[in-house]
Amino acid sequence: MKQNRLLNIILMIYVLCIFAFIFAPILFSLVFSFNSQRFPTIPLGNFTTEWYAKIFADPDVWLAARNSLIVSVSTALLATFLGFCTAYSDFRYNFRFKGPYLALILLPPTIPLIIMALAMLAWLSRLGLSGQLWSIILAHSVLTAPFAMAIIRLRLNQMDPDLEAAAWNLGSSEWQAMRHIIIPFCAPAIVSGLCLTAAVSFDEFAISWFVSGLNKTVPVIILEIVQGNIDPQVNAIGTFVFLTSMTLVILAQVFFISRQVKSHS
Amino acid sequence: MTEPLVTFRNVKKHFGDFVAVREMDLDIHTGEFLAIMGSSGCGKTTTLRMLAGLEAPTSGEIRIGGDLMNDVKPHERDTPLVWQSLALFPFLSARENVEFGLKMRGVDKDERKRRALEWLDRMEIGEFADRNITTLSGGQKQRVALARSLVMEPQMLLLDEPLSALDANLVIRMQAVLTRLQKELGITFVYVTHSQSEAFAMADRVVIMSQGEIAQVGSPKDIYRSPANRFVAEFVGRNNILGGTVISQSSETVSVSTTSGDFTAVAPADQRTTGSDLTFSVSADLVSVSIDQPDALNKVQCNVISEEFIGSVVTLFLESADGHEFKVQMQERDLIELDLRSGSQIWLSWLPENAHVLDGD
Repeated sequence: MKQNRLLNIILMIYVLCIFAFIFAPILFSLVFSFNSQRFPTIPLGNFTTEWYAKIFADPDVWLAARNSLIVSVSTALLATFLGFCTAYSDFRYNFRFKGPYLALILLPPTIPLIIMALAMLAWLSRLGLSGQLWSIILAHSVLTAPFAMAIIRLRLNQMDPDLEAAAWNLGSSEWQAMRHIIIPFCAPAIVSGLCLTAAVSFDEFAISWFVSGLNKTVPVIILEIVQGNIDPQVNAIGTFVFLTSMTLVILAQVFFISRQVKSHS
Repeated sequence: MTEPLVTFRNVKKHFGDFVAVREMDLDIHTGEFLAIMGSSGCGKTTTLRMLAGLEAPTSGEIRIGGDLMNDVKPHERDTPLVWQSLALFPFLSARENVEFGLKMRGVDKDERKRRALEWLDRMEIGEFADRNITTLSGGQKQRVALARSLVMEPQMLLLDEPLSALDANLVIRMQAVLTRLQKELGITFVYVTHSQSEAFAMADRVVIMSQGEIAQVGSPKDIYRSPANRFVAEFVGRNNILGGTVISQSSETVSVSTTSGDFTAVAPADQRTTGSDLTFSVSADLVSVSIDQPDALNKVQCNVISEEFIGSVVTLFLESADGHEFKVQMQERDLIELDLRSGSQIWLSWLPENAHVLDGD
């Protein structure tokens, strides 16, 4: 028992350290985004919203925000659609080479982003598709579809396999069963997939930077600001990006986990 | 006799190398309560799924009302199924579940609401109409599932072990509900079960299946008293099964020499050939027990091994000198009078006409 307790304490400290390492920089960035001093030093200066005012006055930032919004929303829709289709094909059908099929679908997030980005650039420019906003959308959809698929697949696995056949048995065509049974059943996972893929796309830098051409997204403009000069604007914009992604991820959790708890009770 | 509602002709169903149903011929009549019974993997559920169109037969013909149904899609049929898992839609209320089939058929909103509520009332769960399905008890869900199928006003209702998830007293109550409904509606029920008590309690006719084949079709009484073959005799109820060689014959009976002794049985003419093998069964409730050697044609001395008490009726398990197992069913109060204990020696006896000759294996 005593050993167990010691172990628990060690594990607790370990977890706290992880959280500290992840969140401390973000927290500092948040604090300094409201700091009047130009350089991030302690003691802090006065409280100010100057940096926020500055970035919101910058048309480039607005353009990047607009681009990011278009990209992440389109990516979310496309990737979740693809994810749903693959998850459903896995649920519904048994076929040869299903293992390799699933492995292939889950592959993109395992490829280092920089390599993926270079490959995407090479491929898209060969097809004459690079440098467009929807080049980023295509590349991001490939990257994020597996996340949507994983979530929706998990949900489908909780479904009584007789449910769809029961709908047919009561006079639904296959499309009607899809519309009235499968999609409503998967709705929490679909919403959560939309949030998660939007969040990943919104944050993603490497691919966006390679394939975007002149259409900069928010992470790309952050790098430009950092490269130009050290300016607390970066802290402000970083805080903004962090809050957006965090909100999306938390929403994804809320939609999915709350449903899971409900269906288990 | 009128045309059967459903006919199976030479129906086979293979899943890869696995043969689920082989060479099935079966007629199902309008208005009958038919139970299909067998152990798991015998093909009973596959048969039901073929009726619902969820599986297509590999070969042969299935007709409903004279129409060839082999390739008719499930949603184009009028064969609602009550699922073993119930398969209620978890994100819908009880009423929305019942309305589902009507909605798919394009029945307008008010009409389908009226009919759904009517059926929920009829199933005595009207008060739960707007409750989420996940908050209902097992018995209530069962009734929603029934209402969901019956609201379609089908000619035939398919039921796949619908009571297997309920506890014993609820099963008895639902059996009464089902038999009453079937009589009131006058529609055909096809009921798949592994439970003999469910099949015998409700069905007009019982189909016994084994390894993809029909072993016997008949009324519960026929099957219980006159099992067609060894499989049915072993599967159904408590039967003592004895096999041996015919050593002599008379006008109606044969004498059979078995390892447990020589016995006399009433046998049909074609089974009364001296020298041939013959197997017969004696129902456990038709065997008499006595302490002293009885003056009977068929008797055997046995040791008591154990007893199984299930209320007023007791089953005694015994063993003859050659190690053959015998079963006797008797009233509990009669057993008390005999004052038996494990190892006691007693005599069993039965009348030649109570020995039922089985078809060859």
